[in-house]
Amino acid sequence: MNHRSGSGYTGIPPWIYAIAAAGGLFVLLPLVAMVAKVNWPQFVPLVTSESSLTALGLSLRTSAASTVSCVVLGVPLALVLARSPFPGQRLLRAFVLLPLVLPPVVGGIALLYTFGRQGLLGKNLELAGIQIAFSTTAVVLAQTFVALPFLVVSLEGALRTAGNKYEAVAATLGARPSTVLRRVTIPLVLPGLASGAVLSFARSLGEFGATLTFAGSLQGVTRTLPLEIYLQRETDADAAVALSLVLVAVAVAVVGLSYRHPHTGAAPERALQ
Amino acid sequence: MTFHLNAILAARNFDVSLRLGPAETIAVLGPNGAGKSTLLAIISGLLRPDTGKATIGEKVLFDLTADKNLWSAPHIRGTALLAQEALLFPHLSALDNVAFGPRSAGASRTEARETAAHWLAEVDAGSLASRRPGQLSGGQAQRVAVARALAADPDLLLLDEPMAALDIHAAPLLRRLLKRVLANRRAIIITHDILDALMLADRVIVLEDGRITEEGPTREVLEKPRSRFAAGLAGLNLMTGSVTEQGLVTAQGQIVAGHHDDTTVPGQDGVAVFPPSAVSVFLTEEHGSPRNSFPVAITDLEPHGDQIRVRAGGLSADITPAASADLGLIPGMTVHFVIKATAIAIHPA
Repeated sequence: MNHRSGSGYTGIPPWIYAIAAAGGLFVLLPLVAMVAKVNWPQFVPLVTSESSLTALGLSLRTSAASTVSCVVLGVPLALVLARSPFPGQRLLRAFVLLPLVLPPVVGGIALLYTFGRQGLLGKNLELAGIQIAFSTTAVVLAQTFVALPFLVVSLEGALRTAGNKYEAVAATLGARPSTVLRRVTIPLVLPGLASGAVLSFARSLGEFGATLTFAGSLQGVTRTLPLEIYLQRETDADAAVALSLVLVAVAVAVVGLSYRHPHTGAAPERALQ
Repeated sequence: MTFHLNAILAARNFDVSLRLGPAETIAVLGPNGAGKSTLLAIISGLLRPDTGKATIGEKVLFDLTADKNLWSAPHIRGTALLAQEALLFPHLSALDNVAFGPRSAGASRTEARETAAHWLAEVDAGSLASRRPGQLSGGQAQRVAVARALAADPDLLLLDEPMAALDIHAAPLLRRLLKRVLANRRAIIITHDILDALMLADRVIVLEDGRITEEGPTREVLEKPRSRFAAGLAGLNLMTGSVTEQGLVTAQGQIVAGHHDDTTVPGQDGVAVFPPSAVSVFLTEEHGSPRNSFPVAITDLEPHGDQIRVRAGGLSADITPAASADLGLIPGMTVHFVIKATAIAIHPA
C-alpha cells in the first residue's frame, strides 16, 4: 500500500480495499459492457430519430415538473417530520418513505385506483371533466410518487444536522416564523435541498413501472425514455443500447453536479486565529 | 418599565421569581444543571413553564396563572438571546447578520444596513462588515453577535455565558465591550466567572436546584456569602480600591502590587483578585520588593481539603497543617499575609 505523505491513519484493513474494489467493479462492469455494445457508426441517427427525441423531451419535461412537485410537497413534509414532534410522526414518516421500498408497479396500481376513472378521487375528477390516468399529468404524478421520499429523506437529514439553534436565535431577534423559514432555515439547508432535488430528478428520469401501469405508453404523451428503451429492445437492440447510454450520460451529469462539493453542509466552519 | 417574572416548571424542578429595573443588569450564578439556561429559555419563549407570569412594563410575555393561557411567541417578546456560541447565520455577511433584527422589525434594506453599520462600529467590528462568519475568529464572531442582539433593540438582553467559549485573550476584550454596551440597559447574564458578575452586573442571583438561594448587590453576596455556591465562588480573595501604576490602593490606604489585565487604567476603580493558595503566612513582616505583606488579625482557622484555611482581615490563606502548627496559629493572633505580585490580578471593577 503506498501512503501519500500528509494522509492520516484511516483504520481500514487492507482486505476491505479488495472487497470495495469488487463492489466498484460490480457497478462499473455492466456499464462498460453496455458501452462496448454500442453501435457507434449508427449512434447519432439512432438517438436523434423522431421517437427517441420525443421520448427524451417528454422525459426531461416530466422529470422537471415532478421535481418541482417534490420540492413543493416535500419541503413542508420534511420540516414537519424534522422539527415538530407530534403523535403519529413515526407512522407518517414510514408512509412517506414507503415508495422507496414499494415495487413501482404496485405504486402504479395504487395511483390508478386513486386517480383512475373508477378511482377514489378519479370518479369526482371525471365528473368535473378532468381525466388524469393515461395522460402526461399521470406521468408526472407517478414520478412524483416514487421520487418524493428521496427529497424528504435528504432534506430531513439536513434539517436535523442543522439543528434549530439558528432558528431560535432568529426568533428572539424578532423574526416571525415565515421569515425564519425564508431567511434562515431554507438557506441553511440549501445544499441538502439541492441534492434532494437532484436525486428526485434522477429517480423521475428513470421511473418505469409506475408510469407504465398508471400512464401507459402513448408516444409523445406518456412514453418516456425508459419506456421507449424497453419498447425498442424488442425490435431494435442497437437503438435500445444507444438510448440507454444517453440516459446513463444524463444521470451521471445530474448526480455529478450534485455531489461535486460533498462538504457544503450547513455546519459553519470557524477560521482559527 | 419593570420586568417581572415568576415561573414554575415541575419537570425541571424550576421555581423562580425575579424582578428587574429598567437599566439593571443581573448576573445569574450557579452550578451546572441549576436551571440557569432554563430561566433564559422561559423568558425568551423557547420553553413553556407549567404556570407563572412574565411582564415587561405593560407588555405581557406570558400569563399562565389561574385559568389564563396567554403565550407570546418569541419574535414579539423583545428579548434578544446571546449564547455561548455566536450562532451567526453562516450564509449572511457580518453586516447582514446584524441587519437581521431591524429587517425583521420591518425596516427597509438600506435602513437596516445603516443601523447594522452603526452597531458594528459600536462593537469595534466595522472593518468586519463584509466578512462571512466562517472567516471570523471566535472573539470577532461573538462581537458581531453582540452587535446583532443590540441592533434588534431588545427590551431585555439575555446572555448565556457569552465568554465561555472564548480563549483567554478574547474574553477580556469582550468583557470590556459588554461593560460598555450593558450600561443603562436591562440584561440578564449567566456566568461562571465571578469577574463577569463584578464587572457587568448590579445585582447577583445564585440559582441552585432551580431555586434562587441568594440575591443581592454583587459585592455584598460575594463578601458575605450565605449559600454554599457563593461561598465557593468567594473562595477567591478580593480587594477593592483604586487602580495605580503598580497595582491598586485600597480605601484604607493599603498598597497592593499586582499585574494589570490589559484593560485597566490608573485612577479607575479596580479589584485585586488572588487565590488563597497564593498567600503565605509569616509571623513577622517580610522584606522583599515584589511581595505584598499585609498585617492581619486571624479570625478563623478551618480545614479545607488537606490544607488549613486561615481567615484574617477578610482574606483567606491556605497553608499546610504542618506550617500552621510550626507557626502556632490561633484566632486573634496578628500575622502577615504575604503574596507575590505576580499572583495578584488587577481588574477594573
